[in-house]
Amino acid sequence: METKKLNLKLNIWRQKNTNSVGSFVEYSVQVSPDASFLEMLDELNNSLELKNEEAVHFESDCREGICGTCGLVINGRPHGPLAKIATCQLHMRNFKDGETIWVEPFRAKAFPVIKDLMVDRSGFDKILQAGGYVSFNTGGAPDGNAIPISKEISSLAMDAAACIGCGACVAACKNASAMLFVSAKVSQYALLPQGQPERYRRVERMVTVMDELGFGSCTNTYACEAECPKGISVTNIARMNRDFVMAKVMSKEIEV
Amino acid sequence: MIKLDSKIPAGHISEKWTNHKFNMKLVNPANKRKFDIIVVGTGLAGASAAASLGELGYKVKAFTFHDSARRAHSISAQGGINAAKNYQNDGDSVYRLFYDTVKGGDFRAREANVHRLAEVSGNIIDQCVAQGVPFAREYGGLLDNRSFGGAQVSRTFYARGQTGQQLLLGAVSALNRQIDLGNVKLYTRREMLDVVIVDGFAKGIVCRNLLTGEFETYSAHAVVLATGGYSNVFFLSTNAMNCNVTAIWRAHKRGALFANPCFTQIHPTCLPLHGESQSKLTLMSESLRNDGRVWVSKKKGDIRNPNDIPEEERDYYLERKYPSFGNLAPRDISSRAAKEACDEGRGVKGGDAVYLDFSDAIKRLGQKVIEERYGNLFEMYENITGENPYKVPMMIYPAPHYTMGGLWVDYNLMSTIPGLFVLGEANFSDHGANRLGASALMQGLADGYFVIPYTMGDYLASYKPTAVKTDHPEFAKVTNEVKDLTNKLLSIKGKRTVDDIHKQLGRIMWNKVGMGRNEKGLKEAINEIRELKSEFWKHVTIPGSGNDVNQTLERAGRLVDYFELGELMALDALNRNESCGGHFREEYQYEDGEAKRNDEEYSYVAAWEFAGESKWNLHKEPLVFEYVKPAIRSYK
Ligand SMILES: Cc1cc2nc3c(=O)[nH]c(=O)nc-3n(C[C@H](O)[C@H](O)[C@H](O)COP(=O)(O)OP(=O)(O)OC[C@H]3O[C@@H](n4cnc5c(N)ncnc54)[C@H](O)[C@@H]3O)c2cc1C
Repeated sequence: METKKLNLKLNIWRQKNTNSVGSFVEYSVQVSPDASFLEMLDELNNSLELKNEEAVHFESDCREGICGTCGLVINGRPHGPLAKIATCQLHMRNFKDGETIWVEPFRAKAFPVIKDLMVDRSGFDKILQAGGYVSFNTGGAPDGNAIPISKEISSLAMDAAACIGCGACVAACKNASAMLFVSAKVSQYALLPQGQPERYRRVERMVTVMDELGFGSCTNTYACEAECPKGISVTNIARMNRDFVMAKVMSKEIEV
Repeated sequence: MIKLDSKIPAGHISEKWTNHKFNMKLVNPANKRKFDIIVVGTGLAGASAAASLGELGYKVKAFTFHDSARRAHSISAQGGINAAKNYQNDGDSVYRLFYDTVKGGDFRAREANVHRLAEVSGNIIDQCVAQGVPFAREYGGLLDNRSFGGAQVSRTFYARGQTGQQLLLGAVSALNRQIDLGNVKLYTRREMLDVVIVDGFAKGIVCRNLLTGEFETYSAHAVVLATGGYSNVFFLSTNAMNCNVTAIWRAHKRGALFANPCFTQIHPTCLPLHGESQSKLTLMSESLRNDGRVWVSKKKGDIRNPNDIPEEERDYYLERKYPSFGNLAPRDISSRAAKEACDEGRGVKGGDAVYLDFSDAIKRLGQKVIEERYGNLFEMYENITGENPYKVPMMIYPAPHYTMGGLWVDYNLMSTIPGLFVLGEANFSDHGANRLGASALMQGLADGYFVIPYTMGDYLASYKPTAVKTDHPEFAKVTNEVKDLTNKLLSIKGKRTVDDIHKQLGRIMWNKVGMGRNEKGLKEAINEIRELKSEFWKHVTIPGSGNDVNQTLERAGRLVDYFELGELMALDALNRNESCGGHFREEYQYEDGEAKRNDEEYSYVAAWEFAGESKWNLHKEPLVFEYVKPAIRSYK
């Protein structure tokens, strides 16, 4: 298979570390249209290393769109121009010969840049570590078929559980809100019978930590859903809001 | 002198684990919190282990080089997880799962371990359901099953095409709960670079903090490695980019024996190479072979487009060679057959790919049905290749996928270093010479949820390991050795990049220690790997410093270990004068090209002891088959 290579100009965000000031640096590359976007960056890095220059740092792992490690803003859009894919699933045939491409890290106050295109998304885990689970010790679980769950409900729970934790929702939101991410986890458990005992306590704790970490509020622009590589629906946010209100009503601390 | 003692409990196979659980010593609840346990890795095996040990009351420190526990490579498993639930009433049982796994592994696994795996398989499903894992369900609300290669029953549980993701998120949620409760402390972005052994017992680890470049030491009463497989020695594989052998390799160099390193699984349905810049190979689910027909042209170097090659000029080689299993022949056999056709020059346009054609299925069932069954896979294929598989046959080629070999462990999952346990893909335990689909997830979770919580207690109660602090001189000594290695790497400043050299190593491994192996090639490989290794130490270049994030340095450190591992894989393959499972020695085959096992001489686990640079001593653990009698695997 012979394919003509594309000549591209890249403007890539370079930043030494969290505390330094970053800027765009221009590079020219020649790349096969069959290569993926990240493979193009691999090739660029190879050529930089040959000149004993530091590689452009970016994160990726599975390169199949499921681990959620990669995440770049390409021409202003988290994960690039195509819908419902992660950065690693973007291929160069979607670009035109001679095009200029802007590559930046996800930007949000709660996601500080670590180096170049790498950001710190550990805030997500802190939210999950504040009750984002079902309390159940290993051993002693009842038979898997003891509680039937309708196909519709389990399928809805799966839709929410499909979140890969990449952070594109936060990067896409003008307020850097993490509502889509948090509501997806809250919804998964709120839908399933196993999640009921801790349902309201869970949502309260997770939302509190989310606010503490500096994620912004939701103003219903739905940019998050549009950029989500897994198409997580904003209906999860509505579900979470309802549960959060319920939690407040039920909470004993609340003064009537 | 090392004596391999597998510690297989006495008694009937179905009672060994039950008896062993009763006979093992216990640590009383109040004493548990006095024990520190290090768990390296947060994949299925590591996350489930760390969470379960934390629940028991041990003080656990968990480590991962990822930025989050959830990113472990387990996340990308697609197809499903086996369990002998017999929900389908189709004749499944613990014994049948045990039997299928021993046979699928071509009689090179330990019976007792495999039986235990089958025994706890059902508990895994229950556990995951209780955690809120959204498995696929039927309309009646019960759990759904599908079938997988190497089995005649439907025992595979799944969550769409994202089973690994959902199981891992379940295990990580249990881990998060223990972090929340203060029983587990999680250290992310830490790469373990060595184990620290004091007076013969594993007592801690040395890590590099990947953000600051600092070397950190941690001590504990026991260390658990759950660091995954080493398919990336081939450079191109279906594994995630950062999977590596470093943790278990460094433990190997400190005395842990490495078992069956040459047992690697090459998966038949992956996307072929697109060019030099390729960074990894993408797996297409094995399920596609249910409806796709595999073929190549009968002619060599046929450059016609597939749709222009008439029916009578096509060779449906799997259907021709294996009429009863056809396109569903097991992984190792299908992979070899594809390579053979391509080596003859009959691959796609003379290259390294074969067709997987759905046109008959579309004619028979209609496009809609095919779309329902495989829609997302077809989309993924089109996204990557730019071709529409409803119109043009898919192109596929085998790729390295899973490593059955790993650190040797006894029945308690303890390595030959007391206090060092190994779980998941990192150990060699359950799959023999070939792993069946949907069994790796099962093994990882069995090890972490249901085996280590018991065997760890027994170790702590019987050996009563003492506490060692990180100010013990051994920690400083090991840290200095690791530091020296890092500094040495940074000082070379040569002319070749890490990836460039890794790709070259991958080609040697693929061509000579890959799907087909022979004595001459293996000997050549050993020499070529040694030469490449010295080329690396002279000419590699690693820009940047060791004092902050340096991904090039991280990759270089992993490559250092791949040279040595690659050499041992070739040595192991050379030693094993037989063909079995994923290990195919071209000299040992029947006239029709089928693998020729040699039970008389090679019914053993080859456990290698590191004895200095390029030197190893072989120890053999004989395999005894009391229940499943070894027979020739036939799929004709
Ligand atoms: C594409 C693909 C699809 C698959 N599909 C299936 C399937 O359908 N069914 C099935 O049963 N199996 C499947 N497998 C196999 C299965 O996914 C793996 O064998 C299994 O998930 C391995 O789990 P693990 O916990 O042993 O290791 P991993 O999930 O690889 O986890 C390793 C962990 O160790 C950490 N680590 C490694 N080294 C270090 C170090 N030096 N320092 C610190 N941390 C370290 C990593 O950060 C990670 O957390 C598939 C594999 C692939 C590649």
